[in-house]
Amino acid sequence: MSIVTVQLGQCGNQIGFEVFDALYTDSHCPQGLCSKRENEAYQASCKERFFSEEENGVPVARAVLVDMEPKVTNQTLSKAAQSGRWKYGQHSCFCQKQGSGNNWAYGYSVHGPRHEESIMNLIQKEVEKCDSLSGFFIIMSMAGGTGSGLGAFVTQNLQDQYSNSLKMNQIIWPYGTGEVIVQNYNSILTLSHLYRSSDALLVHENDALHKICAKLMNIKQISFSDINQVLAHQLGSVFQPTYSVEGSCHYRRNPLGDLMENLVPHPEFKMLGIRNIPQMSENSLAYSTFTWAGLLKHLRQMLISNSKMEEGIDWQVRPPLSGLPTLGKASLNRGLHFNMSIANLVILRGKDVHSADLGGFKDSALYTSWLEPINAFNVWKTQRAFSKYEKSAALVSNSQFLLKPLDTIVGKAWNMFASKAYIHQYTKFGIEEEDFLDSFTLLEQVVASYCNL
Amino acid sequence: MTQSVVVQVGQCGNQIGCCFWDLALREHAAVNQKGIYDEAISSFFRNVDTRVVGDGGSISKGKICSLKARAVLIDMEEGVVNEILQGPLRDVFDSKQLITDISGSGNNWAVGHKVFGSLYQEQILEKLRKSAEHCDCLQCFFIIHSMGGGTGSGLGTFLLKLLEDEFPEVYRFVTSVYPSGEDDVITSPYNSILAMKELNEHADCVLPIDNQSLFDIISKIDLMVNSGKLGTTIKPKSLVTSSAGAVKKRHQKPFDAMNNIVANLLLNLTSSARFEGSLNMDLNEISMNLVPFPQLHYLVSSLTPLYTLADVNIPTRRLDQMFSDAFSKDHQLIRADPKHSLYLACALMLRGNVQVSDLRRNIERLKPSLQFVSWNQEGWKTSLCSVPPVGHSHSLLALANNTCVKPTFMELKERFMRLYKKKAHLHHYLQIEGMEESSFMEAVSSLSGLIEEYNQLDATKSMPVEDFPRLSIAV
Repeated sequence: MSIVTVQLGQCGNQIGFEVFDALYTDSHCPQGLCSKRENEAYQASCKERFFSEEENGVPVARAVLVDMEPKVTNQTLSKAAQSGRWKYGQHSCFCQKQGSGNNWAYGYSVHGPRHEESIMNLIQKEVEKCDSLSGFFIIMSMAGGTGSGLGAFVTQNLQDQYSNSLKMNQIIWPYGTGEVIVQNYNSILTLSHLYRSSDALLVHENDALHKICAKLMNIKQISFSDINQVLAHQLGSVFQPTYSVEGSCHYRRNPLGDLMENLVPHPEFKMLGIRNIPQMSENSLAYSTFTWAGLLKHLRQMLISNSKMEEGIDWQVRPPLSGLPTLGKASLNRGLHFNMSIANLVILRGKDVHSADLGGFKDSALYTSWLEPINAFNVWKTQRAFSKYEKSAALVSNSQFLLKPLDTIVGKAWNMFASKAYIHQYTKFGIEEEDFLDSFTLLEQVVASYCNL
Repeated sequence: MTQSVVVQVGQCGNQIGCCFWDLALREHAAVNQKGIYDEAISSFFRNVDTRVVGDGGSISKGKICSLKARAVLIDMEEGVVNEILQGPLRDVFDSKQLITDISGSGNNWAVGHKVFGSLYQEQILEKLRKSAEHCDCLQCFFIIHSMGGGTGSGLGTFLLKLLEDEFPEVYRFVTSVYPSGEDDVITSPYNSILAMKELNEHADCVLPIDNQSLFDIISKIDLMVNSGKLGTTIKPKSLVTSSAGAVKKRHQKPFDAMNNIVANLLLNLTSSARFEGSLNMDLNEISMNLVPFPQLHYLVSSLTPLYTLADVNIPTRRLDQMFSDAFSKDHQLIRADPKHSLYLACALMLRGNVQVSDLRRNIERLKPSLQFVSWNQEGWKTSLCSVPPVGHSHSLLALANNTCVKPTFMELKERFMRLYKKKAHLHHYLQIEGMEESSFMEAVSSLSGLIEEYNQLDATKSMPVEDFPRLSIAV
């Protein structure tokens, strides 16, 4: 089954390019560390999900590019075409002349309705190219105007028009110390709308990705390109094919469906995060060897202590003794806060996957009481190595990991809202104070729900 | 991609405008090696086949034939505009896009605003509509003028209301040169205050400039150039004050150095909208992020670097120095002290080889020494444009919405009151039809209102930052 990607705004399009590039590069990587037959099955599965075939043999990404001004999409299209390895469809791009000005209201209320038909037509064309549709992957930032506002509008439309298909939104959580001054307003408006219309929100935080570039990849002058490549690597480690029940050479057909089934048992809790191990620069990789035991131990602690990378993990954090109730709101400020999970999915790729011991993740103390660990925890595997890593493990989790950042953004947006600053920029385009209040109410509810796990 | 139209009004406005077009050509010539008319150039220039008579000559793609500035030149005396049209830039301007008169406004806002305003209203509208028609997607009008005289101040601000009515969706960014204390035009306080009311009500964004600051920047550069220190040979093209390497060779005139600084401000302001980068910032984003309340739209600008030394290696320390400089008074285009006042919002627009980590590192470094208003503690808007300005490997333009503009306005008000109390020169204004004492009173009141808004914000400076109580949800 195939996934149709919708890339929105500067961020969405810049990331989208890196994602397809990473997927393609990995699937054509000669060091698969497995049999030729296995490799071919892997490649075919990846291709079915993300690329369609063009006449002259160059794979075309199953993607629709949307932006309200032309500079970024032009760059994205030409970068892909120049690579000679894969490209975007000639007519897969929708572009306007004047951007959304970092204004969620403009993206949602002006651009949305104005360009609804054109954008949905493009998406429809892409869907028609698929033999069978697994769902949509929408890449967008929260801080700007197009990705956030138009992204929210498009997601709503997808819900109406393709009610049987799944939608996963890849959203970018902006840096804490501003990229855009009104980022908190744009973020809360986006989150509240997506919470109603999306099936799952896969969140990546710029601050976390930045730290990975600095500490693990040892990059001195970090550019957005570097950050996007780390992100693409993480997404690739989740979305590349893994074995279905039949095992070797047989790959899962419905990645989005399987992800949702495993990770989103309850619609109130739909925020997912990815952790990946190991991550390091190519130079360091040549000198490193890993054991599954070591990798999984680190990954488990990263989950429990809410760490985003394998350096600087706080080993003091432990799961609470079973039977004791977890604390409510007060726990937000506690240093040794243990990150409670609702559901986890570990994805293992590479040598000797079958020997990996995942007992640590089956501990019921890690999870809320509603699901038995056997249902809350799942594993996917493949022997085929990912992107030059002899062994790599990814963890997709539905946990409290985003609680503090969400609470922070809501708090800052609320302070700004209380002083009425910038509100006139939104009311100008039809987003009233009431709409803000609705968003705040919904998100406070979400914060409270996660807090009381 | 969008287009912008520059409207240059009065002697000051036109002289700055002239420098702007010169440097704009230089910048695009440096970036656009192949001579193809692309979207970046189209933001400020039309491509015209000069063999075609009349209006049919616009070419939208392909090779550059003849570039015409998207400009309207307005002056109520002929000297400056004539000089421009006889100088090396004459081919850049469309001879139909100008409005001139002979007698001038006599440094009288009322003459500029009321007399010439009504006299030339239709013509002005016609020229503006023409220039808008030539644009595929017009986003912004840039108005350049001075506040202290008659034409730039009076007619320049009359324009604003016209633009607001005729093109409500197009932004109005105004570059205003404020009179310094030792201004030789006696009535400049009257003209400035009367103009301020219009700026308050009809401009989206104002970039105030004062001559003294520009002069100080020049002095600083001169000091550097003449210091004779070893290793301080400066690349001539990189001087923020020079037109070296300009496409059309102009004779450098006395105010040119200062005007080039303002021209560079406008180029850097629009760079991220014209050229590509990893974090773009369009003109509509400036207004969105930097104007928290409609009246508070005055932005203090500072430019760095002022020059590049001839040695090529730029270690990280130099890059960080650029950020520090942007927050030093030496680089500001208006005299003010943002560091000791309250920031409402701040934008950092970077060009050249600067990446997000450099940006983050410096924001972290500088943040502790700056005071931001309680509801906008992380009030930073940032952009990264890959194309550096001519002669530099990187540059930074900082735009601050800061209460430090308050003293400038208060001083202006004081100078006004000193004159007004004695009724000095008032008759020159009151004899103009449509001008009454109430016009003055309204203008002062508008300014007082603005000052009061800044006062209220300043009052919050010393208060501890408290979070507003959040909504409580029944679980």
